[in-house]
Amino acid sequence: MVVGAGTVGAACALYAARAGLEVILVDRGPVAGGTTGAGEGNLLVSDKEPGPELRLALLSLRLWQELARDGLARAFEYEAKGGLVVASTPDALASLTDLAAGQRAAGVDAVPVDAHELRDLEPHLAAGLAGGMLYPQDAQVMPALAAAHLVRASGARLETGRTVTRILRGPDGAVRGVRTDRGDLRAPAVVNAAGTWGGDVAALAGVALPVLPRRGFVLVTEPLPPRVRHKVYAADYVADVASDSAALQTSPVVEGTAAGPVLVGASRERVGFDRSFSLPAVRALAAGATRLFPFLEHVRAMRAYAGFRPYMPDHLPAVGPDPRVPGLFHACGHEGAGIGLATGTGLLIAQCLAGGSPELDLSPLRPDRFDDPGHPDRHTEEAAPWIR
Amino acid sequence: MTERRPVLAVIGAGPAGLAAALAAASRGVRVVLVDSAPSVGGQFYRQPVPGPGARRSQMLAHQRRTWDRLRAGLDVHLTAGRVTHLSDRHVWCVERESGRFVVHALLGPAQEESAAVRADAVLLATGGYEKVLPFPGWTLPGVVTAGGAQALSKGGLSLPGRVAVVAGSGPLLLPVATGLAAAGTRVVALIETAAPAAFARQARTWATTPVKLAEGAVHAARLLRRRTSVMSRHMVVEAHGEDRVESVTVTAVGADGRPAPGSERRIVCDLLAVGHGLLPHTDLAEGLGCRLDGASVRVDDEQRTDVPGVWAAGEATGIGGADLSLAEGHIAGRSAAARLTGTAPDPRGWARAARTRTRLRTFFAALESAYGEPPARWPEQVTDDTVVCRCEEVTAGAVREAVAELGAGDLRTVKLLTRAGMGWCQGRVCEPGVAGVAGCALAPARRLLARPVPLGVLAAPADPTPPQ
Ligand SMILES: Cc1cc2nc3c(=O)[nH]c(=O)nc-3n(C[C@H](O)[C@H](O)[C@H](O)COP(=O)(O)OP(=O)(O)OC[C@H]3O[C@@H](n4cnc5c(N)ncnc54)[C@H](O)[C@@H]3O)c2cc1C
Ligand SMILES: Cc1cc2nc3c(=O)[nH]c(=O)nc-3n(C[C@H](O)[C@H](O)[C@H](O)COP(=O)(O)OP(=O)(O)OC[C@H]3O[C@@H](n4cnc5c(N)ncnc54)[C@H](O)[C@@H]3O)c2cc1C
Repeated sequence: MVVGAGTVGAACALYAARAGLEVILVDRGPVAGGTTGAGEGNLLVSDKEPGPELRLALLSLRLWQELARDGLARAFEYEAKGGLVVASTPDALASLTDLAAGQRAAGVDAVPVDAHELRDLEPHLAAGLAGGMLYPQDAQVMPALAAAHLVRASGARLETGRTVTRILRGPDGAVRGVRTDRGDLRAPAVVNAAGTWGGDVAALAGVALPVLPRRGFVLVTEPLPPRVRHKVYAADYVADVASDSAALQTSPVVEGTAAGPVLVGASRERVGFDRSFSLPAVRALAAGATRLFPFLEHVRAMRAYAGFRPYMPDHLPAVGPDPRVPGLFHACGHEGAGIGLATGTGLLIAQCLAGGSPELDLSPLRPDRFDDPGHPDRHTEEAAPWIR
Repeated sequence: MTERRPVLAVIGAGPAGLAAALAAASRGVRVVLVDSAPSVGGQFYRQPVPGPGARRSQMLAHQRRTWDRLRAGLDVHLTAGRVTHLSDRHVWCVERESGRFVVHALLGPAQEESAAVRADAVLLATGGYEKVLPFPGWTLPGVVTAGGAQALSKGGLSLPGRVAVVAGSGPLLLPVATGLAAAGTRVVALIETAAPAAFARQARTWATTPVKLAEGAVHAARLLRRRTSVMSRHMVVEAHGEDRVESVTVTAVGADGRPAPGSERRIVCDLLAVGHGLLPHTDLAEGLGCRLDGASVRVDDEQRTDVPGVWAAGEATGIGGADLSLAEGHIAGRSAAARLTGTAPDPRGWARAARTRTRLRTFFAALESAYGEPPARWPEQVTDDTVVCRCEEVTAGAVREAVAELGAGDLRTVKLLTRAGMGWCQGRVCEPGVAGVAGCALAPARRLLARPVPLGVLAAPADPTPPQ
């Protein structure tokens, strides 16, 4: 039983079905009605530091490629267009180069691009940049179509318009299914893929899972002839005097789409579920985009939309079995990378469900890690330097 | 130093905005009246384009008197500097800024530069837009919206046809047919989905209601009786033509809401004006985070939204004709003035307007249920190959597939999975049609940018200027 028909739930359903399990996918709304329908579909390795998230990203990208090769590429608009990260100053370029060295060691392709070569890759890029890094593995999908087509390919029994109100547990504490507003559904295993609402679903089983909303805006322009070829964003070197740390800060990703509009996204704010328009956030997006591509100044934004990323205090998702509740699995909290990380998450969950050992070490993603009083991120809020 | 007068920004200079501006300006408030049109008036008092060949405005006597009063009152306030009219300003966003507001507008007609005004409160009087439903042939040249036809005939512009059919549902069809006829078009048929009884009751209600609007109805009925065949409980199921509309197929509506078998007939025409009423403009309100009631901005008895400092009046808060907009605007303007000048608002002061408001809201609610709805089964007439979203060229078949096979279940997911509503109009035209074909509710669209805005403007919006 997978709760949540976003991209993550859809991928869990697909790989679980492929592992030979019978799958029911339940969602209170339609397919892709949650954050999946409110974000972008960047599948990135370029923005991740070496560590568990990058390992999950590399696995996921490989799986996205396989799905695309299996004939789904057109259905969910898969494009392996590559990412181009540019640096405006020599300092920023130096830290980008450092980051890339670490990423390369972890298995990422990262190709340095000299200042004078940037325009060969992106003819409309601003002048005067110090250089950049090309990440050929970065790709993209259309998230809502991806979710819909993964669900369809899974052959899972789809139960939309049903809200899970309780996780049913037997006398031994083990999961037996879910109660919904339209009757019970029985299953010996429940996967919590409820995204930003993952904490609420965990609470239905009586366990804590700190998933919180982080708002993001995306800008969509009028349709244009293709002018932006890669996913392009700026890496800027920021010396934070107060904390004595030097972090690399990124500006919004600018990218063209098959349908013509250019997407600029996304902002990050922790404001709860406030849906009202924020001009400062959107202003920052537009400023970042026009700094990279001056021609965009005269291009119109047709719409701005907001979504709520599911984030956890240490900016890593919860993936795997919950030792506190036998039969309960979590696959949520992917923050700004849930589309990219969906396939790997789905495969790992399926491997756990099938009783095998998952091909990545899941201990850093343990759902109960915040119960540990010694966990460094138990109380911290904002740690990651990535503001995209 | 004199004390600064509080500033109220009124967005929209139709009946609601004008009434609000006058009420507030007379009560110690500085009003900035912002509208996208070159002159005040809104939908209803839209002024004919001056110049040779301009037709006489078709306003009725009482309407002209009201308009003259509004105009004269406005002129007095403009001269005295209590009201500033900023024309050709397309408001794309109202920003909340520590208890005050900044109204950001693109300068028309190019809409490339932005200007901003700061205000202590805002009053949204942005009116409504037309509800359009698709049918086979609706994209042919010569098929126009009822409001579009009305604007053309009022504006004294040349009409795209000589022989017209007016079709659809709702109370606007009569004035539209009248307007077309007065502008020299031969209106051969008025096709109305309401039942004859409802239609007749309607004309009677309009004639007996103290609403001045009734004059219009009587006037229209007289005009139409001369040469238009009025077909109630009928609908247009298809428009035909090669390069433009040449004829339409009309059928009777059966008891089940479907076309009655064997009732088809063709009517030759070169202009088809179709309308299904209006929908409130809520973009700016949604950007501000105001709560909606269904499709309209929710307001209290003083016309306040649930966001402090934001009032709304007129068609943005529900559809009900020019007189209702005037009453609501008046109340909103008085309430805003009282609250901005720190006096307690006194509803007794606007008791007459409040009575008019109650009467007209009741009247239009009844009208809506008796008369306003298209036949329940209209989506069945939309063939799979009919384009339902013109900007993105999405067919009805694609919408149906998204629902049946991909798990779409609301307007938003239909849009995500088909691109319907993602083009230039941002769904303003196609949403009701797409929702109908998809079989889901018409939910508010949350268009956070009320107008397309150049990224250069978004990156560095103009600083607010104090009102001159
Ligand atoms: C502006 C923005 C830009 C983004 N850009 C990117 C990007 O470029 N690349 C990327 O990889 N990620 C991006 N993300 C993040 C990404 O969108 C999310 O991480 C991802 O969508 C999460 O998917 P999900 O399936 O976990 O959650 P969701 O898509 O939110 O799905 C969860 C589902 O659970 C359902 N649900 C919740 N509670 C219940 C219940 N009690 N009963 C039944 N159903 C329930 C909900 O209805 C929902 O459909 C972006 C996010 C935002 C907001
Ligand atoms: C075809 C047709 C026929 C009608 N016939 C009649 C009739 O016979 N009798 C009757 O009583 N009523 C009639 N009506 C209804 C009448 O026009 C409306 O009830 C009335 O105009 C509503 O007034 P309002 O002030 O709320 O909005 P409007 O008159 O629509 O004024 C809104 C104003 O706001 C401006 N605006 C909107 N958004 C923005 C923005 N973002 N930035 C800047 N400006 C903005 C618009 O340009 C417009 O000027 C008819 C309507 C139509 C369409």
